[in-house]
Amino acid sequence: MTSATASFARWRNVLSIAGLAGASMLAAFAARSEDAKSAQPDSPLVAKGEYLARAGDCIACHTAPEGKLFAGGLPMPTPFGTLYTSNITPDRETGIGTWTADQFYAMMHTGRFPDGGLLYPAMPFGSYTKVTRPDSDAIFAYLRTIPPVRQANRPHDLKFPFNNRSLILGWRTLYFNEGEYKPDPNQSAEWNRGAYLVEGLGHCAMCHTAINALGGSSESEAFQGGLIPMQNWYAPSLTSDKEAGLGDWSQKDIADLLKTGVSARGAVYGPMAEVIYNSLQYLTDADIQAMAVYLKSLAQGTPPAPATSNVPSAEGSLLVALGKTIYDDQCAVCHGAEGLGKPPNFPPLAGNQSIEMGSAVNPIRMVLNGGYPPGPAGNPMPYGMPPFAQSLSDDEVAAVVTYIRTAWGNRGAPVSARDANTLRAAPLD
Amino acid sequence: MERRWFSSALLSVVALGPCVGYAQPPEQAPDTMEARVMACAPCHGAKGEGTNNAYFPRLAGKPAGYLANQLLAFHTGRRHYPPMNYLLAYQSDDYLRKIADYFAAQRPPLPPPAIHEVSDEVLARGESIVAHGDAAAGVPACSSCHGPHLTGMEPAIPGLLGLRASYISAQLGAWRYGTRTATAPDCMQIVAGHLTEEDVKAIAAFLASRPAAPDLSPAPQGSFVLPFACGSEPQ
Repeated sequence: MTSATASFARWRNVLSIAGLAGASMLAAFAARSEDAKSAQPDSPLVAKGEYLARAGDCIACHTAPEGKLFAGGLPMPTPFGTLYTSNITPDRETGIGTWTADQFYAMMHTGRFPDGGLLYPAMPFGSYTKVTRPDSDAIFAYLRTIPPVRQANRPHDLKFPFNNRSLILGWRTLYFNEGEYKPDPNQSAEWNRGAYLVEGLGHCAMCHTAINALGGSSESEAFQGGLIPMQNWYAPSLTSDKEAGLGDWSQKDIADLLKTGVSARGAVYGPMAEVIYNSLQYLTDADIQAMAVYLKSLAQGTPPAPATSNVPSAEGSLLVALGKTIYDDQCAVCHGAEGLGKPPNFPPLAGNQSIEMGSAVNPIRMVLNGGYPPGPAGNPMPYGMPPFAQSLSDDEVAAVVTYIRTAWGNRGAPVSARDANTLRAAPLD
Repeated sequence: MERRWFSSALLSVVALGPCVGYAQPPEQAPDTMEARVMACAPCHGAKGEGTNNAYFPRLAGKPAGYLANQLLAFHTGRRHYPPMNYLLAYQSDDYLRKIADYFAAQRPPLPPPAIHEVSDEVLARGESIVAHGDAAAGVPACSSCHGPHLTGMEPAIPGLLGLRASYISAQLGAWRYGTRTATAPDCMQIVAGHLTEEDVKAIAAFLASRPAAPDLSPAPQGSFVLPFACGSEPQ
């Protein structure tokens, strides 16, 4: 089941392509180490490692659809070419069976293979560098218990000049800050635990911090949101209350969203559904609460740039009128005439940050493609939003999205038929 | 005395109850499968009856095992159709089986048979393959697996009625070219591999022109013996 669910992993992994490709070559050189021996499969260390591997969502990239667990081979399209994830089972020839715990920690912490070679930053070592040595050792002990799979890594298919790994040096200089998480003594233990999970294993910044043309993201813009390349979903800011900033959310609503994918304030969709399904649903309530405490604290008072629109105001008024007709006819049955929804299963649209935020990409895509929130144990039978790409024209999509972005006190801006048309071609797989 | 005070306090709370203005609990989504699968309705109809779009199949009444196999194949990506893959990627196998059960249990009427646009000769060719197969080409009769009334068989052989010609020919084409596959032995891929494009056109036209059977339910499991092993239909 889990292996099957990786098919959408690439969505959120714009650049997140594991760079362990050299593993098979290195295996021959790596010294065999005593600590590379398998721990007992039922040991507490292995159980802890499995839990932490869930928190790091390793499976999303390192298991291909219908593939063997952690045998890699998932193609990941990036703006620079296609990367193929690596085999991290303990197979000695094609996996990481000859690695030591020291080498595994060095890879997580420094983004380098045992021979010193550079990982592509698709592997989120910029986040994993914050993982502590004991946690890294636990994950390694767990990976040692996975059935070894003999499956050679597929070479990456990168365009010139990105096939030159020495370019990674430049990237690292600009964007990589090595170092374990340093607790903030002015914050609670719970806050620090949440920060450790969000900034480290959770590697939330991979999507929620804007990625620039060099495939890097600046720490000064941490968690301020950005369009995910290749996938055309917008990963909202976690710092702005006008986007997904959680400053005015209750602790319970944040925890519900992270653990079950739905909440009284909104539901998870698009690439984040994978994160809930493969990773967050397995975290303890205490860790979810800790993440919620930290995420809530990220909210900043400074508002983001107000929503802007390229739609002339006269045209905007026409769109709103048409949009209301469509909404009342086709949307109100679930989301309510006043946009209050029937939470948590039919999310409210009034006051919904995801609808009114500056980028209209996500609301347009939800109208076009519909979608199900993920179906984790905490919400095993979610309700689906119908796709309207077949039945609504570009003008009608623009109209209904304009309506929900501006009705009921929502502060979004109108969108154009052209915006809607562009997103019809956005990839779904 | 104290007790009396307590009772009267309690009474007044009860009396005040309706007026205190406790917020109404927000309205809840209906706790039904029908409400949960509204995402399917634009293309397949609320009860899986199909829609005007010829490329989206009817789901209603197909055996639950067949529907579950398809949902699981879309979920893993084995069956490739991005809008479906996207919808089902992060749902559990249990839930996908419940969705299959829901559509399998529906019995909306069939649409009127399609008015075919092929010659009588082509239609006769289609009927012949459906009823008798083409032994020389290694093609068994469709009815040998899909049933004498073409309503399928439990648990996983689908009925072929109520589908449009364009959907049927697209699927047979996908089997032929290997873009649609199923668990080995992949019987439909073997059969379709022996069909010509002309055969596909004839079969699709004939099936789409069939009137509804009196009972659209699939035949019970084991009603007839398949001509060869099929990975999707355990015998």
